[in-house]
Formats: sequence, C-alpha cells, structure tokens
Amino acid sequence: MKINGEGANLDLAQLRQRLQEAKGPQYWRCLEELADTEAFQKLIHDEFPQHEQVWENSLNRRDFLRVMSASLALAGLNACTKQPQEKIFPYVRQPENVIPGQPLYFASAVLHNGYANGVLVESHLGRPTKIEGNPQHPASRGATDIFGQAEVLTLYDPDRSQVVTHLGRISTWETFISAIAAELEMQRVNNGAGLRLLSETITSPTLAAQLQTLLSAFPAAKWHQYEPVNRDAARAGAQMAFGQFVETQYRLSNAEVILALDGDFFSDMPGSLIYSREFADGRRVTDGAKMNRLYVVESSPGLAGTMADHRLALRASEIESFARALAIEIGISEEHDPRTTINNQQTKWLKAVVEDLKQHRGACAIIPGEQQTPLVHALAHAMNNALGNIGQTVIYTEPIAAQPVLQNESLRELVADMDAGKVDLLLMLGGNPVFNAPVDFVFAQKLDKVQLRAHLSLYNNETSVLCHWHIPELHVLESWSDARAFDGTGSIIQPLIAPLYNGKTAHEVIAVFTGQAGQAGYDLIRDYWRNQNLAVDFEKFWQTSLHDGVIASTALQPKASIQQLASSIEHRASSNQQPASSIEIIFRPDPTIGDGRYANNGWLQELPKPLSKLTWDNAALVSPAFAEKHGLSNKDVVELKFEGRAVNAPVWIVPGHPQESVTLHFGYGRSRAGKVGTGIGANAYELRTSNAFWHGAGVEIRKTGERYLLATTQMHHSMENRHLVRTGTLQQYQEHPEFVHEMGHEPAREMTLYPEHKYDGYAWGMVIDLNSCIGCNACTIACQSENNIAVVGKEQVENGREMHWIRVDRYYEGDLDDPAVYHQPVPCMHCENAPCEPVCPVAATVHGDEGLNEMVYNRCVGTRYCANNCPYKVRRFNFLLYSDFETPSLKLLRNPDVTVRSRGVMEKCTYCVQRINAARIDAKKEDRRIRDGEIVTACQQVCPTEAITFGDINDPNSRVSQLKAQKLNYGLLTDLNTRPRTTYLARLRNPNPALEENA
Amino acid sequence: MAQIFHPSTNTFSKVSIFGAVFFIGAALWILGALERSPFITRAHVALEQPVPFSHRHHVTQLGIDCRYCHTSVENSSFAGIPPTETCMTCHSQIHATSPMLEAVRASYRDNKSIEWIRVHDLPDFVYFNHSIHLKKGIGCVSCHGAVGDMALTWRENSLNMEWCLECHRAPEKFVRPRAQVFSTTWQANDQQAALGRELVQEYKIQKLTNCYICHR
Repeated sequence: MKINGEGANLDLAQLRQRLQEAKGPQYWRCLEELADTEAFQKLIHDEFPQHEQVWENSLNRRDFLRVMSASLALAGLNACTKQPQEKIFPYVRQPENVIPGQPLYFASAVLHNGYANGVLVESHLGRPTKIEGNPQHPASRGATDIFGQAEVLTLYDPDRSQVVTHLGRISTWETFISAIAAELEMQRVNNGAGLRLLSETITSPTLAAQLQTLLSAFPAAKWHQYEPVNRDAARAGAQMAFGQFVETQYRLSNAEVILALDGDFFSDMPGSLIYSREFADGRRVTDGAKMNRLYVVESSPGLAGTMADHRLALRASEIESFARALAIEIGISEEHDPRTTINNQQTKWLKAVVEDLKQHRGACAIIPGEQQTPLVHALAHAMNNALGNIGQTVIYTEPIAAQPVLQNESLRELVADMDAGKVDLLLMLGGNPVFNAPVDFVFAQKLDKVQLRAHLSLYNNETSVLCHWHIPELHVLESWSDARAFDGTGSIIQPLIAPLYNGKTAHEVIAVFTGQAGQAGYDLIRDYWRNQNLAVDFEKFWQTSLHDGVIASTALQPKASIQQLASSIEHRASSNQQPASSIEIIFRPDPTIGDGRYANNGWLQELPKPLSKLTWDNAALVSPAFAEKHGLSNKDVVELKFEGRAVNAPVWIVPGHPQESVTLHFGYGRSRAGKVGTGIGANAYELRTSNAFWHGAGVEIRKTGERYLLATTQMHHSMENRHLVRTGTLQQYQEHPEFVHEMGHEPAREMTLYPEHKYDGYAWGMVIDLNSCIGCNACTIACQSENNIAVVGKEQVENGREMHWIRVDRYYEGDLDDPAVYHQPVPCMHCENAPCEPVCPVAATVHGDEGLNEMVYNRCVGTRYCANNCPYKVRRFNFLLYSDFETPSLKLLRNPDVTVRSRGVMEKCTYCVQRINAARIDAKKEDRRIRDGEIVTACQQVCPTEAITFGDINDPNSRVSQLKAQKLNYGLLTDLNTRPRTTYLARLRNPNPALEENA
Repeated sequence: MAQIFHPSTNTFSKVSIFGAVFFIGAALWILGALERSPFITRAHVALEQPVPFSHRHHVTQLGIDCRYCHTSVENSSFAGIPPTETCMTCHSQIHATSPMLEAVRASYRDNKSIEWIRVHDLPDFVYFNHSIHLKKGIGCVSCHGAVGDMALTWRENSLNMEWCLECHRAPEKFVRPRAQVFSTTWQANDQQAALGRELVQEYKIQKLTNCYICHR
C-alpha cells in the first residue's frame, strides 16, 4: 500500500522550542499533536474521522430521497423476519461432568519460546473459547501475556496446515512412517552419522527423554537447536561468570532498587509475568508508602523504560561500556578500562545509581537484557554478587531447557555439516529456519544439499515448502505434552479438543524414529511420568498434576552454592565490542507477533504496538533527532543497507529512541504465513546476521522518496490535553496527598438537568491503577477474546475503525528526546450521567439499575449519535460486517455467552456483563449477595500487575471502594459531570533526589 | 376561466387524507398482529420431529419427572435435551422393536445424534437461564404450557419480549411455591394474588427489567 507524499515534514526544532517554553507538565500522544499540524487539527476538528463518508460517489438530492424512502419502507419490515428453524443435536452418550450451558475449565500450559505458562482453558461443550492464567502456576499466578491469550485464535486458524505433504502433494502419515523407516535402516549402518535433528528450545521432559533415546540408538546423530529469540547471551554470560550454564531468576518482591541494563523484564524473559507482578507489588502506594525505584538503561524503547523512574537511552553498543563503568564504580574491578567511554552526564547518572544500589545491598537487583552481550550478563552476575543480592533478589538454578546450547553455534554447526554434504536426513521439529535463521548462514541454500528433509510445523510455511515431507503439527490446545516454566515447574499439557486436522505432536514424530511408531502422545507422556516414580500412587499423582496444571515440587531449588565467580571477567572479555561510530541497527522481536510465528493471528496483528501504536506493520524506528538530521518523517520509505544486504522499510519516529540507531523488529515480511500475515511489513531477517544478532553497526540509510501507509492508532480517540493522565512524585504525594484532586474540577452532584439515578442494590465500578499498568496490552486481547470482538484489517484501522473495547493510550511528557511515558487503559467509563444515553433515538443505550451503561444490540439502528456524544470515545461501530459469520472453524471460537455483532450496530465495553449475570445467578441460587471479588472482568483477570479492580462500590468494604477512597483516585473529564464509574489512580514516580534536575 | 378541478375533488382529497391515516394505521395494526401471530411466532404449531415423542404419554400417563430427561434444568441455562442413552434406558426393553423408535435405536447404534427440531428457540441475542427461574418459583408450565397434555410438542407462548416482560414486571402473577415448579397440574385457583405477593417476598424476587439481564 503505497501513498504519495503530502509529506509535510515536521519541524522538530520548533517542537523542541515549544516544549521548552511550555510551563507545567505537557502531555502529548504524538508528534503531530505536539506540533499542532494541520493534519492533526483536521483530525481534531473532524473529531470522529471514522464516521466520515468514505464512498467516492456523492448522492444527489433525488437519489438520496429515493434511497431514504426505500430504507424507511424496509426498515419496519426488518423486525418481522421469521426466525429460521434450528435443530438440536443432543449427545448419544453424554460424558460425565458435561452440563450443556455451563463451561468447564481445564488446566494446561501454553508455550512461549519453549517455556511454559500455566493456563486454565474455558471449554464450552468441547470447544476451547478462552484462555485464562492458572492462579496455581508459578509463571502465571492467574495472568497471561498477549501471546497466551491469542493461542485460541491460532487453534481455529483456517490457514493451519491440515495434511501431510510429500513433495508438495497430499500424502499420508503411514507413507511418511514407511519412508522414514527405510531411511533409518540405511542410517543404522553408520550409527546415524547422516541424521540430524533441528528443534526450537525444548523444555519438555518427555521430549528430551525421547530425543536421548533416539540419540543413543544413533550415537553419531546430532540434535541441534535454534530459535530466533534465543538466550545465547544469557547462557554465554553465565558460562563466562560461572564456567557453566545456569538459569537466573529474580525475586523482585525483595528488590527496592532495580537497574535494568537493556533488560525488558516485563516482556522478554520467561518469568516476565511474575516479574511484572512483583515489580507492581513493590510499586503500589495504596498498601503503604513504600515504593521501589527502577532505573533503566535501554537501547530500543521497551516497556521497562516506560515504567522507569530514571531512564537513560544509550545505543545498544554503548551499554556494555556502561556496564563496565558500572562494575568499576561498584568495585568489581579496580583498574580503569580505557575502552570505557561514557560522558559526564552519564557519569553523574551512573554515580547516583551506584550510590542508590549500594545503599540497598541485598535489596536491589541488576537485570541484564536478553539481547545484550554475554559480558553484560557476566558483569551483572558479578555486580549482583558484590551487592549481596544473590540469594535475595537474584537466585540461580540449574538450566530449565533440556540440553541448553548456544543456539547460534548449534545452527552454524548444522549448516556447516549440511554444506559439507554430511546430512542425509534432517528432521525439523517446528521452527521456521528458512525464514528466520541468520542471513549469513544462507540456510535455504544449504538445506538443498540434504537428501531427505522433513518438517513438523503448525503452518505449511517457508521452511515446509523446501522440505520433502511436511507434517502438520498439533496445536498446543490439541496435544498431550509437557513443559517446564521459568522456575522449572513442570506442567502436563492436555488437549482441550480432538485434533481439528490430521496433526501430530513432536512426541509422535520422534516415536517414529525410536521404533515406537503409532504410539499415542497420551501414552508417551504418561509412561514418562510413570517411570519418574515421583509418587507412590501414580494414578493419584497423574490426576492431581492434570487437575492442578502443575506437577508438585518440580520447581528447581536455588543452587545453594554457586561456583565461585570467575576471577577476572574483564580478562575473559577481551574481544569486546567498541561503541560504534556509525549508525547502528537494533533487531528485536516484534512486540505483538513475536518472531513471526504469530504473523497469521489477526488479533495480534491488529493489536497496537505498545509504544509506536502501529498495527499490521513494522517500521524502522528512529529518534526525532535522527529524523531531523536525515530529513525523514513518518511513513517515508527508507532503504536500510547492512553488510551488503538491503531492505526497504517505512520510518516511524519514536521519542526516546537512542541516537544514531534504527530499530527494526523482525517477524514481518512473511511469504507463507497465511491469508492474514503473508506479504506485510519489512523482513528484518534479511539483514540479521549471526554477528549482528541483536545489533550491529554500519547500517546505511537512504531515503527512497516513496511513502508507505502505516496504520497507527496513536492519534485516534484524542481527547486533547485535559489532564487525562495525572502524575506526580512519591514525595509530592507524601507531602501533599491532595495534589491529584487539585488538578481537576468536579462540579457539584446536583448540577444536572437529569433526575438522579438511585442505586439500591449493587453499583458496579472499576479502578485502574496507572502506577501498576505497564502497558503490555494483555487486557485488550483478553477483552477481544472474551467479547467476540472482530478484527477489521489495516485499511479500517487507518480509517479509525478499530473495534477494541479497551484501548491503552500512551502519553509522552516532556523532552522530545527522552520523554517520560505513561500508559492509560481506557474502557467504557459507565458514566452515571452518561452523555450517550439521552441522545439515542431508539433507547438502544440506556442506564441500568446498577449503574451499567447498557448497550442493546438488537435495538440499535446505527445512528451513531451515542458515539458522537461520548467524550471518552470508547464506542465502536460496526461500519461493515466485521465479524466472520462464514468460516466454520471460527464459529467454534466464539464465546457463546456474548452476542456476535453484525453490521450497523454500536458496541462498547459492558464491564463483562455476562460474567456479572453469571455471578448474580450463582449468588441468587445460594440466596446470598455477590461476594467481593467474585466477578472478575476479562481485562482484570489477565492483568499481570493486577492494575484493574472491579466490584460493588455500594459496599464500602469492597476492594474497589477502598481504592476509590484513595487520595490518588480521579476520574477522566469529571468537569463534564459525567461521574464515570471507571476511575484511575494517578501514576507516581519515585525519582532519586540526586538525579532530579528540578529538585 | 373554467375551474380546473371538479368540485368533487374536494371530497376526494378529504377522503384520501383521512383515508391515508386510516390506511397507515391499519397497516401498522396488521403488521403488529402479524408479528404476534403464530405465523411468525410458531406458537401452538406442533412440529414434526424425527421421533413422534409424546410428552402426554411420558409425563401424564407414565408420571416421569421433567428432570429425568431435562437433567441440567436446575443447574444450567440450558434445560438439556436427553442423550439417546436416556431413551434407551427404557426402550432397550420396552417397545424395543417398535418401528416408531427406529430413529432412536439407529442413533444409539451409529453414535449419531437424533436431530430434534427446536421448539423453543430464542433469538441469538437473548440469554435465558432455566435454573434461576426454577429457583425463583416459576414452574415449567408457566412458560411451556400444559406439556403434560401435548402429544406432539408445540410452543405455547410467543416468546416475544412483551410476553417475557409480563412476568418480569409483575412476577407475583405467575410465581408458585418451589415445591410445585415441576408439577403439571398444580393450580393456584383464586389464591394467586395473595400467594404471589407472599412468595415474591419470601423468594426475594426482583423485577429485573434491565436490558442487560437478557441482552449482552
């Protein structure tokens, strides 16, 4: 989708000046808003651009009357349609425990980069419809991330691979078994010297054992592992520090000061959900006046940086140098390293941080980023040791992954063997190396030299098409398997539905190689655990493990005595990189579609990226200063040339991005993703080499003169600058707790023409704690899944017609180059004086007795007056038939408790009224009131930081009432006297006085 | 100059103006009547089913309780249609060779559902819950009519929203003692007014008329 440039470049210098001159805090959402450009003015003026006519041909008066009279004549008849006759298909033999109309929940686990996250899956008559976190699982504690939520859509994706293919033609599993058997016979002669396996990170104990069996039957065979988001740096760093691979875990509930060295512990790590939870627990001032402090040094802006009390944007290559300087300051190394080059301002920053860390010995943590160099990891280990954090905030365990290796080296070895013609049979378990291997490995070309190639995969993807055999893989919700979480806890993965297609699990494929062909996945998993002898009564153990979703006491114990730190890390790290003088490129997995495996998932594609708010695309992210210097503006297409290879990508300016760097997220540019994900975005893998795996210097950037349409939601639903997000510092709050209320004005309750509503029973309300919200977007996806919200596509997003019921607004404050960032989730406010209600001509949106602002789809005729009158802009209109009523597999996906909306109907957040009603019925059947905490909205349930609280505000003891009584509580646009039921707790920062310039 | 319009035009125009009002009124009335008629609502229309199941025989003549077949009616939104197995508990012995029951036996044999035609079918945007209505003392026959007298089952009531609201607005007119909800013969006689008020108090019945109670 190319657009021709109206290309009005932003005058960034002028912006800077304006920001400097401004008095008081300035919050802004995008550069266009700050610059007050004409385009932005038009957007504000139009206010509801999504409502504008998009039809090209204009109607003249006569045609208009003709159309109107026809519609009027037909409108009345609409209601007279006779309902189609429907059938009921009862069971022949009804399974025990299945009650039609009542969902069942099963514990299982979903995988992210190989690590398990425990989930409870809601099942309606055998079809999984919604994924929730498993409160008993240590990696979840009831929360999930966006990927976990979206798995259920992947399950029903009609583009999933459905049949075994051989040379691109439909074949059968049995043919595959016999073909492999013949090849294995030949391999047996030379001990399997020509047999290679390539897998992604594996934490499944059963699969690991199976692979060991395979390798002992074929001693000369090799098992390689590769995943584009791997933990090589952490592993190499541990090896550097301890001489062995160890797994690092953080106990952030004990940490009062946290320093992240390019480490986005909210999203990038296997334990991220728990780290987020523990961080937020230490952040909340509602339960006490103590608050942790977060310092973040980061290259490409991530979630951690947005929550930082102090953030330092450095180029990726400078972070190692910063870590060295930090190590010296903390006292790891006496001698000054001449390679350490940091400027005065950074030195001041560093000294203040070190001072703070030293004051919190044993209660601080230094978190190195997965994408930083091994040396940064090694130094972090040494520094955590020197600060007495080991055993307190940082613990070490044995590795979780089965046979941890340095994956890049592992793949390099495999490619060398393939090139040398040593590989006769290559079996790939999942993964997509043709698409995502480092480009210097020229994997696809080398793959061609392998005589027999087989690929097990969920989709028939770029790699499958180059293989002789392709085996469709079972989705995690269809399989029997097992996996381990970040702390080692094992979970049994159980199927929620019979396989939709003829898929197989990795267990069943490996069984073919170990002479157990035909063994069911269930038996393989069960047999493995039976042989572990973890309990006297195996049946009880098995049932308990399945029921709970965790296998008891499988978490790894912290290593009591970690091997002595290597004496001289500096010495070992002699070949370290220098901060580069040329432009750097930073590679990161895409925040919403990961490494590309979720490319065909519409929910994730349409989810606005946390910072750029882009949907359906990636972009070359640069800083405002960089754009200024190179004459770039948003949507300009540039050619990025790196080590002789070039990729075109549109530019997107991200305030706070480090200078002289470009971030390109990988995962886009798929050529065989499916109907949703094929052919969109720029393929960063075409530039990513094994040497510049996470970042590299020397990229050339050239403007092509083309423009590319990027669909971003950051300007949508603008409410202009009206103190929507209120912030302060901890000190400010302690000294003057009323400061939040003084920022706004609340008119007297009686200042309304409308009669007062009475709420005698329940009165539902919500509080969102901005201090806890990390902007991860999980609420948006959870809501989409729970409420059958449609995906609209890039073009419609561009028109401002995305359907998300809860959006996460992102605000910048202050300096263009290093702004503070605030996240604000905005669902329907359920105003007590709702402006949308009086304007509806057909009473399709009315006020409920419990304060719910009801939306009645079957009454709605689509005048859109309500949306026009909503100051919060939370109403969404079905301009077209967005819901897919046709695709059979997608019909299984829907939540049967929520209406699937059709064209011409307004919709919005209902506070998950289906859950309220379910709880109401349960309570009434037991003749009691609904208990506090009994109703959990979908957004609340998924939230890793428990930022959202819902309940009865008529009950003064409910959690939500207590939060609303907080001094930090405020409502949006309360000067309009809308009396929103959704309110916010203001965001507080806890700055270090030594670094606070204004102090 | 001669008049263009004949004097009778006055009458014509008056009649047509008033006539139009009556015409539109009549049209609206017809539409309203049509909407409530069995033609649209299918009330009182006995449907042909794959098996001519008789509630009259099973309920009244044999005295089988509703919950023997509709097992989830007290626990779930859906009352439940019995699995074939339930039919076969008796019919593997009784009328085991009856040609009328061939569809049941075939279902059991081939493991395929009997395809019943849905009699009570609410629109997809309406959410009804059986269990809470029973708990609050609404009997089966209050909505489903005298099922015990039906040879073939039909829909007794229109299931239009105005019909639902009759009770939601004035539950005292329909509520009965919890012990009698499954009875097909219980009659309040002329006690309903007093009894209804008493039961509404006792069962804490609210007049739930908010849209979101049923639409969501």
